[in-house]
Amino acid sequence: MRLLGHKLSIPAQIGLAIIALNLVMAIFAPLIAPYDQAAVLGDAWADPDRQHWLGLDNLGRDLLSRLIYGARMSIGLSFVITALSFFIGIVTGFGAAVAGGWVDQALSRLVDLLLSMPTLIFAFVILSVVAAGLQEHIVTIAILDSTKVFRLARSVAVGLVSLEFVEAARLRGEGWWWIITREIFPNAIPPLIAEFGLRFCFTFLFIAALSFLGLGVQPPDADWGSMVKDYRDMINFGYAAPIYPAAAIAILTIGVNFVVDWMLSIHSRGQGEGA
Amino acid sequence: MSVASDKPIILDVRAMRVAVRTDHGDGPVLVDDVSLELRRGEVIGLIGESGAGKSTIGLASMGYTRRNCFIVGGHILFSGADLRAMTADQRRALRGLKLSYIAQSAAASFNPAMTLMDQVSEAPIRHGVMRRAEAEAAAVQLFRELDLPNPETIGSRYPHQVSGGQLQRVMAAMAMVGRPEIIVFDEPTTALDVTTQVECLAAFRRLVREHGAAALYITHDLAVVAQIADRIMVLRRGKMVEFGDARLILQEPQQDYTRRLVSERIAGHAFVAKPEGAAPLLTVEHVTAHYAGKPKVIDDVSLEIFRGDTLAVVGESGSGKSTLARVVTGLLPRASGDVRFDGVSLPPRLKDRPRDQLRRVQMIYQMPDVALNPQQTLLDVIGRPVSFYFRRSRAEVRARVLELLKQMDLPEHFVDRKTSELSGGQKQRVSIARALAAEPDLIICDEVTSALDQLVGEEILRLLKRLQDELGVAYMFITHDLGTVKRIANKVVVMLRGQTVASGDTASVFAPPYHPYTELLLSSVPEMRPDWLDGILARRGANRNI
Repeated sequence: MRLLGHKLSIPAQIGLAIIALNLVMAIFAPLIAPYDQAAVLGDAWADPDRQHWLGLDNLGRDLLSRLIYGARMSIGLSFVITALSFFIGIVTGFGAAVAGGWVDQALSRLVDLLLSMPTLIFAFVILSVVAAGLQEHIVTIAILDSTKVFRLARSVAVGLVSLEFVEAARLRGEGWWWIITREIFPNAIPPLIAEFGLRFCFTFLFIAALSFLGLGVQPPDADWGSMVKDYRDMINFGYAAPIYPAAAIAILTIGVNFVVDWMLSIHSRGQGEGA
Repeated sequence: MSVASDKPIILDVRAMRVAVRTDHGDGPVLVDDVSLELRRGEVIGLIGESGAGKSTIGLASMGYTRRNCFIVGGHILFSGADLRAMTADQRRALRGLKLSYIAQSAAASFNPAMTLMDQVSEAPIRHGVMRRAEAEAAAVQLFRELDLPNPETIGSRYPHQVSGGQLQRVMAAMAMVGRPEIIVFDEPTTALDVTTQVECLAAFRRLVREHGAAALYITHDLAVVAQIADRIMVLRRGKMVEFGDARLILQEPQQDYTRRLVSERIAGHAFVAKPEGAAPLLTVEHVTAHYAGKPKVIDDVSLEIFRGDTLAVVGESGSGKSTLARVVTGLLPRASGDVRFDGVSLPPRLKDRPRDQLRRVQMIYQMPDVALNPQQTLLDVIGRPVSFYFRRSRAEVRARVLELLKQMDLPEHFVDRKTSELSGGQKQRVSIARALAAEPDLIICDEVTSALDQLVGEEILRLLKRLQDELGVAYMFITHDLGTVKRIANKVVVMLRGQTVASGDTASVFAPPYHPYTELLLSSVPEMRPDWLDGILARRGANRNI
């Protein structure tokens, strides 16, 4: 198998399969899930049977259905947040590199300021203060995350800005928007794609952590992080319930990492000693 | 210069093939069926254009290939032992000690955080053949032989504290310190100025002769190889074209390709520019400029360019000629003086200049690889100035781009190709097309041929000349290649450390009585005669004693 003109490694193939499976679950959740995520169908913690393959949860909802809907929420949310943080990070990072001077200084120091505080605690404070709806979540985490994207985008762009085709565009009299979108962005895509996969994983884990702490997705919507939180005590009584969402988080993270590793390896193959 | 054929063969390459093997499958064959026998004390010159496989042969002779390249056939016998049959560790033990390599860019090959001495003495110490004191003594001895200043103390400096030519010689010392039996010189003087090149060539040749080492000398410049090689192998597209005694090849080349290389180098064609108009197009008056917080890079420079002129700005690297171009274009605001274009004073800063002023001065760069956005098609690159300056419709832009491609002798179906798919010479044509698309009055050419192969560069020069005849555009030609200057420029400005040392008509500047620096530059341009280097060294030695 090949992708982007390169042979896929075995881990990359496994990773892609995991991602594809999760995406199908996320996109077609209402079609795949046997029951509604919020429907109460029987006794709490009913054992698995033919109708409910993974059993029922603390309120008597179908665990498998919640797991499938949870994919939708967790993956969808992470994707939107990562995409937004990339938009913010790339525009500011490229802007800083192209403008240089005090614009670069101001943006870079602001980012340093944000980065100097632990993200989880910072997010915790903000989300506790503002009314924590879904949109506030997305914007808060995206802005915090965009600082890391900014640093990468800026360093990639600084390298490109010094090349002569950018100088040629400046000599022509092009504005900064043209230089960012036409001259720099197309050449910065490979490192940014790999970073996107990596940041997606971090965001995904970050949301899970926030949900686990009770600040993330609010009930009755299912998401993997809050499922781990809701079910965690049952591990003491021998129920497997918290294992499923935790395993789902782990597997998707590993899958994405496999693919990202492979992407990074394309651009940095070691020197061959080929005698 | 020839070496007696009874000397033992130290390196025997037999029917070597090197090919690319990647994930995609088998790639092109880079070196096809090349054989050579290198005897002790002999220097073989490998010559050819880029892509001829010169460097690949040089590296493969040491049992090394670049990534994704593999030696797929033949034998490489070093003192009778086949490098291909050895383990990687055995080969590594030979490299750096018995086999050594001198790369084109010494600046990129040194670790900036270590002193020169640490790096020069590293290989023999690491291989355990010398103790530190011995290695350092040997290094100092080599520094002295290579004519480096302060041989006892230069080793304690860092790479950025010595000049490019000195660094290249330190690299030669690094290659020689383990007393190698074979040295591979891979274009060691290509990145240097002509004046520095002479010193390095002389030092390399003395070193090879005195130590009796064998060497492969890789270059694209026949005149350089003529000074140093006993035998010359001419290569093209991975195949051997001609192989024989250096003098014979230069005097009576047997193959067509070799003949073309030799004749272009000797003759070339003279172009004459015809300036027109009573008032100058560009006037630079007493301009000084410097980078923020640094001393002046150009100091009180004045020049005039008329319509249809070709003015050459010559000088070594660091003489301020590229900075002059940056001041004219506005990338670096001038500190004082005036730059007038068509009678109007240009604002110092790029962003204060109106679009029409920007349009009328265009620039062509040295490295076509980085001067064109690799992700854009030719339509994007050449069409953008058309739509940007003249606000044409898409169809009109495309038609204009096709017209320009035709003018550049590029096939029309290239229009939708990405620039990264083109060769160096084709890219440079695209750069010229991009400049012409703006319909400029003045084009600044910054070393436009120095990154190109000799024959390709020649074609670019002819193209530029033809365009000047057709369009009456003026050129400001920045270069260190005096051979080019003499042929294409009608006016010359010679720069040294930011100042103009000579200026005027080409004929008068390059005719006696010269400014001493002009003479130094002129005499440093290598000539094809194998005795040229000896002659020039003898003359300079005599002058030094006066």
